[in-house]
Amino acid sequence: MLQLFKFKGGVKPETHKAPSLQAPIAKAPLPEQLIVPLHQSIGGVPQPLVEVGQHVLKGQRIGAADQWVSAAVHAPTSGTVIAVEPRLAAHPSGLTTASVVIAPDGREEWIDRQPVDYHTLAPERLREHLRDAGVVGLGGAVFPSHAKLSAAKSVPMEELVINGAECEPFMTCDDLLMRERAEEIVRGITVFRDLLEPRKVLIGIEDNKPEALQSMREAVARLGVDFTVTAVPTRYPAGGAKQLIRVLTGKEVPASRRSPEMGVQCFNVATAYTAWRALAFGEPVISRIVTLTGNVETPRNWETLLGTPLGEFIRLGAPKPDTDRYLMGGPMMGFEMPGLEAPLVKASNCIIAGSPALFPPPAPEMPCIRCGACAEACPHELQPFELYWFSRARNFGKTQEYNLFDCIECGCCSYVCPSHIPLVQYFRFAKSEIWARERDKNQADAAKSRFEFRNERDEREKAEKAERLARAAAAKATEKPAAEKPAATVPAEETPPANAPVDADAAKKAAIAAAMERARLQREAAQVKNTDNLSTEQREEIARIDARRARAPAHQAVEQTDVAPPPAQEQ
Amino acid sequence: MTFTTPPYLTQDVSVRRIMLHVLAALVPAIAVYVALIGPAVLVQLGIATLVALLGEAAMLKLRDKPLALFLGDGSAVVTAWLVALAFPPLAPWWLITVGTLFAIVIAKHLYGGLGQNPFNPAMIAFAVCIVAYPSLMSQWPPVDAGNGIGEQLALIFGQAPRLDAMSGATPLDALKTALKGADSGLTVASVLDNRAVFGHVGGKGWEWVSLAYLVGGLWMWQRKIIGGQVSAAFLAGMALIATALWLLHPDQFANPLFHLVSGGTMLGAFFIVTDPVSGCTTPRGKLIFGFAAGLLAYIIRVFGGYPDGVAFAVLLLNICAPLIDHSTQPAIFGMKK
Ligand code: SF4
Ligand code: SF4
Repeated sequence: MLQLFKFKGGVKPETHKAPSLQAPIAKAPLPEQLIVPLHQSIGGVPQPLVEVGQHVLKGQRIGAADQWVSAAVHAPTSGTVIAVEPRLAAHPSGLTTASVVIAPDGREEWIDRQPVDYHTLAPERLREHLRDAGVVGLGGAVFPSHAKLSAAKSVPMEELVINGAECEPFMTCDDLLMRERAEEIVRGITVFRDLLEPRKVLIGIEDNKPEALQSMREAVARLGVDFTVTAVPTRYPAGGAKQLIRVLTGKEVPASRRSPEMGVQCFNVATAYTAWRALAFGEPVISRIVTLTGNVETPRNWETLLGTPLGEFIRLGAPKPDTDRYLMGGPMMGFEMPGLEAPLVKASNCIIAGSPALFPPPAPEMPCIRCGACAEACPHELQPFELYWFSRARNFGKTQEYNLFDCIECGCCSYVCPSHIPLVQYFRFAKSEIWARERDKNQADAAKSRFEFRNERDEREKAEKAERLARAAAAKATEKPAAEKPAATVPAEETPPANAPVDADAAKKAAIAAAMERARLQREAAQVKNTDNLSTEQREEIARIDARRARAPAHQAVEQTDVAPPPAQEQ
Repeated sequence: MTFTTPPYLTQDVSVRRIMLHVLAALVPAIAVYVALIGPAVLVQLGIATLVALLGEAAMLKLRDKPLALFLGDGSAVVTAWLVALAFPPLAPWWLITVGTLFAIVIAKHLYGGLGQNPFNPAMIAFAVCIVAYPSLMSQWPPVDAGNGIGEQLALIFGQAPRLDAMSGATPLDALKTALKGADSGLTVASVLDNRAVFGHVGGKGWEWVSLAYLVGGLWMWQRKIIGGQVSAAFLAGMALIATALWLLHPDQFANPLFHLVSGGTMLGAFFIVTDPVSGCTTPRGKLIFGFAAGLLAYIIRVFGGYPDGVAFAVLLLNICAPLIDHSTQPAIFGMKK
């Protein structure tokens, strides 16, 4: 039996999980339209690879990762691209985001799916493969998985932690996935293990999911891998990566460090599942399991195409008439969807229909009575009321002193506050203010250095101009001798010749000559640029090329540009 | 659609609920008190409650705060009850009025209202009144004075002359006075032998009131309304110094049990040092706060000129609380050692 560790704080809200656990996962029907945001993961925004009017196949890449931390997005079904434009994002802000809108043709015509035996791939290729299949953390953080699949150079990977805790109330998508598709999850974990080579693989599942525990244990036994499946005590936020790592390994990863530096890495079970589908079936991430629950007649988990508009999705659960909002994610860390046109995305693990009865309006905010309940509930052992105090007073320096950025916004503090203070909101406000200030400061710094640079240049130019004027005056006075002196013989350096004339006049003359020579050299340098160090042969070569270029007929140039391949549409 | 923020679930907790628990926890002690002294206690509680609510309402109005919300939070009533229980039960009506007003208007609202007061309001009331009216604040009726309700009301509302006879000192005071007359050659043991004043352990009758406070406190602890650390540390601080001095000079110092159950020790331990607003908030800070307050309370009560030391000890520690908190910030997740 694995020794478990405790994390401090945490809360035990009512779980509300039972209603959506009554039925197995079902496949959601094809919606009339799919709105696929290009930016569905942490990191860079993928570039669109398709145009309006283009026909796409199911699984066809429509947005390519534009940098290492980024992941591709794909067409969830076959059909026609009817728009590439900003659409309402699945984000509380109500802002829009670049999206590809697809009208399905109903044929569900796949791309040519190419299963790969990942053992034959070099680790680098394997990571690229996952990136191009759009594999990201499906626990809700949507961090591109391939970027987490390298061990730290200096620290051996000790534990690979697999997160099946699912601590948010209402949410059951991982639970059902583990019950129904445990074997594929375990196979996916094997891929991660082979890339990271940890000493141990620890799978943590909250002890309120006995069926999932059972099914995962059986899968592990069937596949003959030595992964440890462990029941962890049910306490929110046991499914927070840092909390689960703490419970299973005893390690505490602070905000200032990345977990691989401490020899541990953590993935969600659904992520492992999609990684396996991507490799063994050549299926990119185009759907996910979404819990639809709350104030609906038929709560259930649906395997849903990404891009399904919320409005079409909720119809599957038949929301009750008093439904007044839809939350995405759990009630502790989720947010209110900005509208029914917003699509489901990779981060959409759960949709909760809310009603005034289910989520009553918050009680009026009272002053903080320093009761300390929030500090006791904080899993990161912060002093939320101090943070609140300083955030409110806009004393942002102090908030950082009190470790504002270690706050994971889990909401435990707000949950227990007898004064009903929306603490998390204050912390988000403080964080974004600090970020904004940092940005401003960086811009100000850049402006300042630009200003200083300009100032310096002006000063320098002024000085040079004065020098020039003085020189000109002096030159005029001693015009003849200076002109007679052949410039080339004067060395560029300041060192006066050995037989330097001792009288002031001659010294002045020498200085002037030197300055003129410097100026000439500078002029030359500016003209010939970096070719002045070239050998004779190289110079001749350049001359020949120049001559050829000058002689070349126009049509040749045209032919040459034609050879360049057009930007291929990748499949 | 209104802008909302997570978490969408909250625990069923409120300031009001906490305050109602505190009031409920005071009920056993009040019951014992009434049984011992008579209905005067209830009259004092009534006056204090009324004055506190009126004062609170007036201040809320002046400060332009929502009346119903803040009057309903129960904090003013808690302050009123604590003032009433800390004051002598037969004190004139205006004394409790002055005390309560001082607590609500000055100690609470002038510092910013609920959650902002650096000092414990009830202790401010006590300290101010004992400095201003030392003799009135020291008139504690003997528990078996047998005054009828009419007589008590007359005393409170000033229709009867305040007789020297009714101003029996508290056991703490009696012990101190007896020992101060050092020429008398009395020892603690011989003084305490006078069961008529000192009862079985800590002063006739008073020990039962103290026990009732303890019961209420333990109930709050069990209901997680108070954490218990401050209370335990406070009792430990007082017990430690009392035991040490008693072991050194049993003739001159009463045993620790006497100190734990007499005067305001239990009231202080479970209802005063537990005030979160004016106390410490860090785990170590709470222990330091409680322990130091217990120690100081003993020193002031035994060596100082006032009948009890809890109020001054708590106020002194209130001053230190921010400093203690600042220097005892706990290490956060991932940053230990
Ligand atoms: S729980 Fe609320 S009232 Fe209590 S200390 Fe924290 S912020 Fe203040
Ligand atoms: S939201 Fe932040 S401060 Fe509040 S309990 Fe969670 S980690 Fe602590």
